[in-house]
Amino acid sequence: MSNQPLPAVPYLKIPEGAEPYLEGQKCGQCGSTFLGERSVCSKCGARDQMSPVTLPNSGKLYSYSIVYRSFPGIEVPYISAIVDLDDGTAIKGNLINVEADPEHIEFDMPVDVVYADALGRKDADGNSYLSFFFQPKA
Amino acid sequence: MTDAYIVGVDMIKFGRFPEKTVPQIGAQAALMALDDCGLSIQHMQALYCGNLGQASGMVGQRLLQEIGQTGMPVVNVANACATGATAFREAWASVKAGLYDVVLAVGVEQMGKGLLGGGGAKTGIPKEGLIGSGTMPAVFAEAGMEHARHYGTTFEQFAKVSVKNHHHSTLNPKAMYQIETPLDEVMNAEMISYPNTKLMCSVNVDGSAAAVICSEKKARELGLMDRAIKVRASVLASDPWQERDLVMPDVNSCTQKAAKEAYEMAGLGPEDIDLIELHDCFATAEILHYGNLGICKQEDAGRMIDEGEVALGGRIPVNVSGGLLSKGHPLGATGIANIYEVSTHLRNEAGSRQVEGAKIGLTHVIGLGSACAIHVLERAS
Repeated sequence: MSNQPLPAVPYLKIPEGAEPYLEGQKCGQCGSTFLGERSVCSKCGARDQMSPVTLPNSGKLYSYSIVYRSFPGIEVPYISAIVDLDDGTAIKGNLINVEADPEHIEFDMPVDVVYADALGRKDADGNSYLSFFFQPKA
Repeated sequence: MTDAYIVGVDMIKFGRFPEKTVPQIGAQAALMALDDCGLSIQHMQALYCGNLGQASGMVGQRLLQEIGQTGMPVVNVANACATGATAFREAWASVKAGLYDVVLAVGVEQMGKGLLGGGGAKTGIPKEGLIGSGTMPAVFAEAGMEHARHYGTTFEQFAKVSVKNHHHSTLNPKAMYQIETPLDEVMNAEMISYPNTKLMCSVNVDGSAAAVICSEKKARELGLMDRAIKVRASVLASDPWQERDLVMPDVNSCTQKAAKEAYEMAGLGPEDIDLIELHDCFATAEILHYGNLGICKQEDAGRMIDEGEVALGGRIPVNVSGGLLSKGHPLGATGIANIYEVSTHLRNEAGSRQVEGAKIGLTHVIGLGSACAIHVLERAS
């Protein structure tokens, strides 16, 4: 079992002695950014032009749903959100610290990316995980 | 190239048949489609069989073990919710190419109840409810809310899709449900994923549908042109690159691409279409496709449902079968069931839900991930 939390998703990086961050891959030919590892650009088809980039910790809410029915053991309701980060990369996650009510959720509301424990979820070996969330910009 | 015609087509009444096997359910529709044109399994030169749940299970061959093992080639097809339409299209292509004169396409699914999508993690921790939601009601809610942000579409307008399609299903004896659902009942039903309530989610059912596709020469030889349906266009598209693909499955650009190509192939436009069966897996999904299929501008989709233009009796009736919302959505069967519905109207055999004077119809399905299949059908005589 690891003493340090593990990343909940592969594109969340936890460097030793520094703040966690989200990592994308940017195509050197067409400039598109992607979440996660890849070697070929799915927009322009360029090969071996990908280089890692640190994604910004702020963006705007693009779309969402408020989820009331999920699988057994998943706490509801929660807001499933699509966010456009400031560099244009689209990312999905939970929107927190806002009431789960459409009256309180506005398209294009500015959000920050924050990092926290993965809702207490542990894997079969008892490891803890670090995840990311969106919350309204302070 | 020869023209290809549907000469036999049918579907079983959708329902729940846990006591039957998948091949048994598929065999029922296959026999019904053969009976519809008076041909036998011995006439069939190939079988294209669509099924998702047992994609590695040789469903087509097992189906022939139920109704006649002639040794014909069998192609088993899986393409998410576009599975049935893809099997139909492969069958169509084989006739168009001159490979065969008469072939059978079957779509079949056995579903059980429950929530689809967002399955558990094999390693690490479950991501559902941590990294947003991968459940289908939520994914299609997010697609609907994208329409809302661009065009101001409202919860009430999405809900009206369910009112309309549930009403249509009261006229369709083959629909899973035939129950009216007034607007307040739809809007006040259990919220699954805002803005989709339980009555705005399609029904998981078991079902099958089948079609016999024939070259023009063979159809004339067999004397089957009277009720034949001409396939004016068959198009399959995958989702072209979009900036949010990795987090938001795109059902729009593949539909727009397939629609454009289908109208070009058929040599007509959306103004020529008399009825449409489209992929209303959720009420939020249906509204997206009015604009995607070109029957109105994107910003007018809400108005289309408000003013009844897409209801039976309206300018361009959509999902008069009751749609996936009420007829039911057996994934692998849905694409051919849509083709059955449109063909039935073009044959003027749809009874109390008949779209009067229908000559040309369009079917549309989406397999999330994404695949879009569109067929344009026309009465042959």
